[in-house]
Amino acid sequence: MPHTVTIDPVSRIEGHAKVTITLDDAGSVASARFHVTEFRGFEAFCVGRPVWEMPSLTARTCGICPVSHLLASAKAGDAVMGAHIPPAAVLLRRVANLGQIIQSHALSFFHLSSPDLLLGWDADPARRNVFGVMAAEPDLARRGIRLRSFGQSVIEAIAGRKVHSPGIVPGGVANPMSAETRDDLRDRLAEAHATAQNALTLFVGLLDGLDREIRSFGDFPSLFLGLANDEGVWAHDGGHLRFVDATGAVVADHIDAADYRDWIGEAVQHDSYLKSPYFKPLVDRHDDVNRGMYRVGPLARLNVCATMGSPLADEALAAYRERAGGIATSSFFAHWARLIEVIAATEQMATLLADDTILDPMVRATGRISHPRGVGVSEAPRGTLFHDYTVDEYGLLEHVNMIIATGQNNLAMNATVLQIAREWIDGPDIPEPVLNRIEAGIRAFDPCLSCSTHAIGQMPLAVELLDASGARISERRRG
Amino acid sequence: MTRPRLATVWLGGCSGCHMSLLDTDEWLFELAAAADLVYSPIVDVKEFPHDVDVCLVEGAVANEDNLEFARLVRERSAIVVSFGDCAVSGNVTAMRNPLGDPEGILRRVYVDAPDRDAQVPHAPGIVPLLLAQVRPLHQVIDVDAFVPGCPAPAGRIREAIEALLAGRRPPTTGESIRFG
Ligand code: SF4
Repeated sequence: MPHTVTIDPVSRIEGHAKVTITLDDAGSVASARFHVTEFRGFEAFCVGRPVWEMPSLTARTCGICPVSHLLASAKAGDAVMGAHIPPAAVLLRRVANLGQIIQSHALSFFHLSSPDLLLGWDADPARRNVFGVMAAEPDLARRGIRLRSFGQSVIEAIAGRKVHSPGIVPGGVANPMSAETRDDLRDRLAEAHATAQNALTLFVGLLDGLDREIRSFGDFPSLFLGLANDEGVWAHDGGHLRFVDATGAVVADHIDAADYRDWIGEAVQHDSYLKSPYFKPLVDRHDDVNRGMYRVGPLARLNVCATMGSPLADEALAAYRERAGGIATSSFFAHWARLIEVIAATEQMATLLADDTILDPMVRATGRISHPRGVGVSEAPRGTLFHDYTVDEYGLLEHVNMIIATGQNNLAMNATVLQIAREWIDGPDIPEPVLNRIEAGIRAFDPCLSCSTHAIGQMPLAVELLDASGARISERRRG
Repeated sequence: MTRPRLATVWLGGCSGCHMSLLDTDEWLFELAAAADLVYSPIVDVKEFPHDVDVCLVEGAVANEDNLEFARLVRERSAIVVSFGDCAVSGNVTAMRNPLGDPEGILRRVYVDAPDRDAQVPHAPGIVPLLLAQVRPLHQVIDVDAFVPGCPAPAGRIREAIEALLAGRRPPTTGESIRFG
């Protein structure tokens, strides 16, 4: 007999993810769905705004990765102006994006996911958070907080503020960098790098006990999308789009951002405000959209690239690939991939800051509106981000499309929820640690639901059990 | 003396206000020593608790779930703070208001733009309906204090929380209320 868990209706809080699970007659999981429930409508209300305002405005899509929006938006602006941005601006934008990768990955690992990894999946929920880690492992927590803080300081130094900076603009950046600021950032790099290396060692040490999580947290073949440069080196800014498959074979390469529509389609699901982009060439009109499933983000970027492009990160990549068997198909490995990217970011930031070009006072190109359409792409910490603008002769927006990283993982997040449900649920009575794992499986994607919605990290979650006819037989709610 | 019970929630916002709160960095250790964070997007307590002393609310009221949750927060918290410009004024979240009926906006995003399966998401009980107009928090519940900014800088947030935990109102002069 299925039993019904009573729900307090007041716990129905807004804007959070929800999961529904359908059991078949035999009581095993038939389907599972991940729903996103928040909508803000940037694509509609940005119409009519000037293209120069778009970076600051669209940064407000997301407080976790605003720099990614600043960059994608400024680049779309560069394109409509036909602007060739100055070399110093190229370097400054790049350093800012590395700062953003560091702060966001630090948040994901230390503030949001380390409680599960360090305190345990079934630790007391009141303690299973960053404050619990601060109490249990103060030194580690402090290092994580300082790592995130370093990334935020890099952003502030270049773009003016930690969150929603005004300083990345169409044509380049608003302000040059002083030698003093540069030296200050360089002084702090060693600590950031050491923190990332320590976290990596810690994480790898935990892996042996996590086989079942590795094999159920989104372990399946899919395509992967990310930027890579012409030599196939990891890229987060500049470079071209590349799709690889689950064997690592390159499926499409050297794609210009402006042509993304030839490769990426967008589908809508009736039960989520998050759209589902898919790889267009594999999906005919009547096909299941999941044929075109692809993943973006750290896991994808490390699958897409040949090398990281800096020595210590490449060493870490080699060890990662050995353990993952070449291409990493489990989204659980995204935690590991994030730490490798932080190592790469600190190494590559050191190189960029050592180049005196970065101090050049010429940081912004100006230009008139010269092209009706501009597409900007950047690698946000959680994956490839597109801003696509059509403007009138005055630079006012006529059409806006944004493809958000988390959306591109939507099909895979759905598949992950199903995989975890099948692996861990045994009948309608769902123990608490199983709910935790469903959450953690979603969290491995570091979904920035703020971008499309909101809700980071420990998202409230409701699991509904429906029978094959769709009738609800029980519900467990956390949130 | 019992420790103050602090909560933070977000409604229709971008999480930037919460990120700015985390930008208080190592002061978070002092916060942990001074108060219990009993509910927040970054902690794992899933039901908004009773007897909250101070609750910071990020974001505007944009959909039916926001509205219901704002009321719950009011009911269970002694002091409710509009945290950031979206809560204070509606801000960017309210920029859809001049476009009117949300149905038209939803159609533009989910029906006109996509390549396939075009439809306005509709699943009663799963995706909440949008309110006709986005509202700042104080238009739907009583609010006791305001901390403006998009986001408020970390120093301002720290100052506000220190004041609130000491039973005072956050400062409302000069730098503390500067726009932006
Ligand atoms: S006030 Fe600004 S930072 Fe805060 S939620 Fe709104 S848009 Fe984000």
